[in-house]
Amino acid sequence: MAAIDFDKFARRQRARWWAMRFVVYGLLVTWAIVSLFPLFWTISTSFKTAPDVMKGNIVPWYDFTPSWLGWRSLGLSPDALSQTSTVRDEFMHRLWNSALISGAASALAVFLGSLAAYGLGRFSYKFGHMRNSDISFFFLSQLIMPPVVLALPFLVLYKQLALLDTFGGLIAVYTLMVLPIVIWIMRDQFATIPVELEEAALVDGLSIWGAFSRIIVPLVAPGMVAAFILALILCWNEYFFAALLTSTNTNTLPVMIASQTGSQGINWWSMAALSTAGILPLVFVGILLEKHIIAGMTAGAVK
Amino acid sequence: MSTMEGDLLHTVETGSISASRRFWGYAALWVSAAWFAASFMLQSSHDLGWTQLGFENWRPVLYAYFIWAAVLCATRVVIHGEAGKKALFVLPAALFVVSMVVFPLLFALWVGFSDWNLASPTGRQFNGLDNLRQMLGDAFYLNALINMVYYALAIVVEYAIAFGLALLLSQEIVARKFWRVTFLLPLMLSPVAVGWMVGKSMLETRFGPIARLARWLGWENPSFFGDPLTAKLSIMVMDAWTFIPFMMIMLLAGLQSLSREVLEAAEVDGATKWQRFWQVIFPLMLPVSVTAVMIRIIFKLKLADIIITVTAGGPGGATDSVTSFIYREYRDRSNVGYGTLLALVYLVIIVIGMTTMINISDRIVKRMTGRI
Repeated sequence: MAAIDFDKFARRQRARWWAMRFVVYGLLVTWAIVSLFPLFWTISTSFKTAPDVMKGNIVPWYDFTPSWLGWRSLGLSPDALSQTSTVRDEFMHRLWNSALISGAASALAVFLGSLAAYGLGRFSYKFGHMRNSDISFFFLSQLIMPPVVLALPFLVLYKQLALLDTFGGLIAVYTLMVLPIVIWIMRDQFATIPVELEEAALVDGLSIWGAFSRIIVPLVAPGMVAAFILALILCWNEYFFAALLTSTNTNTLPVMIASQTGSQGINWWSMAALSTAGILPLVFVGILLEKHIIAGMTAGAVK
Repeated sequence: MSTMEGDLLHTVETGSISASRRFWGYAALWVSAAWFAASFMLQSSHDLGWTQLGFENWRPVLYAYFIWAAVLCATRVVIHGEAGKKALFVLPAALFVVSMVVFPLLFALWVGFSDWNLASPTGRQFNGLDNLRQMLGDAFYLNALINMVYYALAIVVEYAIAFGLALLLSQEIVARKFWRVTFLLPLMLSPVAVGWMVGKSMLETRFGPIARLARWLGWENPSFFGDPLTAKLSIMVMDAWTFIPFMMIMLLAGLQSLSREVLEAAEVDGATKWQRFWQVIFPLMLPVSVTAVMIRIIFKLKLADIIITVTAGGPGGATDSVTSFIYREYRDRSNVGYGTLLALVYLVIIVIGMTTMINISDRIVKRMTGRI
């Protein structure tokens, strides 16, 4: 009798296990659809024509035949690539601006932030009443500063300094924006490195700078990459400052996308193509460098 | 970070610094400072109309500042030797932040108490407390502040979903990396693009797929930005969609760092899944949760891009965040003075609010984690 009971118990266990599996994968698929459908929708819409949009066709090749209409209006379809296109020129200009500004700002922030985080982790400073923990807090507290507080003063100051619509102006603002995050990440990275390493380097005759650049930097390079990528994403997507502080010369991609949205009677296909082109670089970054992004985001959060 | 007594990394001073080296260091420092001060004064008097002499704009003063800052950094080493090298780690970042934050903030205080329309030729006019008075009577600003409370409250739901997803991802599942990357993707997208992708196209009332779905589910005339409540909810959903992965990743990291022994002990003791979650996992996750929620609140308080691009604050200010409101206040009236004052008041509210919240949450975490 006991054997049968046991069997029944095992069967019930298995049934429950299968039910659990079903629920888990069901939820996973549901959320994957929630995450991916907007992307799929945007990409597929960029290949639609007006009737397809109005009929709400969704599945390509089954519901509608993909066409290059949207991409042609952007000058990026295969047949339009050989021709000159003002829209494409503008798009490439904005893309270059975005890449240059976010790249430079992230690099600068990683440079300044790493130095500061290292110094604060290794040496003790005294500046008036401020000690290390106060200086750290001063840097990290910048995180809660809403951009809007600085936006209008920057606007006025930049106007006086002739920095409006310049690369330098926007790079400086973006560096400021991501610096606390970089310091937060790098502080965590340096804390994992034992001081004995540098002590040995100093004994061997390296200066502090030598020990930092030859011993420490190679060790925290992965952390620096993570910080850089996270900063890059934030800068690439930034809109508020870019909209206020740039006009024609140094507009970034989000500003271009937003300015197209505002106009009435927009072509869905060309907007979709523009959005797709704007987000694809970061989608690739997300897929390829996911490990670094996660490393950056979780630094300092879990002890 | 714990306060430290003395350097963690000890260094030995090699050689002393000669008096002449010190002298030239100080000399360079004072010369560059004097140059900066002189150019600043010259340009100020030029702007005030006292002298004809001056530059076209303030750029040269900025260059003088750069030179002074560079000389300041370099002379640290010249004057103080090895100790100066240590200072050089923090000094550049500190100088940068001070000149980019502290100075503009002081400037903001000056701007905030003036009537300054960038388009008008009269320029800045000091108007005392007029802006403050105007703010107290500004129903739209108050409305934007209240909206921020609603937006912040939405984080509770975001947190619950993010926790659920983190739990899902920490299960025994195949292709974990695929799911993780998929769930992470929305975070990569710029709010402006999301505003178009979701707000303008998927929620479009005639052709948008979500509108179609809503119609199919029996909602006669789906309009997501027509009335205040649904408009606010739509904005919340879009913002949540982009930021849920952020909290999810942090919570997932927290879940993975939980000690196996504790979880197994709870299982051996016969705790049900439900009990295990509420009495073991959830309390252990509190510190991570607090960090994740705090950072999320900080980001939420900056919410603007989606609102500016999708609804521009409409209908009737129902979706306005403080940032988008001030942005339009500037765009429509180019009144820098009033906008700056509103922003400063917002900053004060945030600082007070965040400090209180951090204190309260610290206490709660201590009590909860002290119990187990």
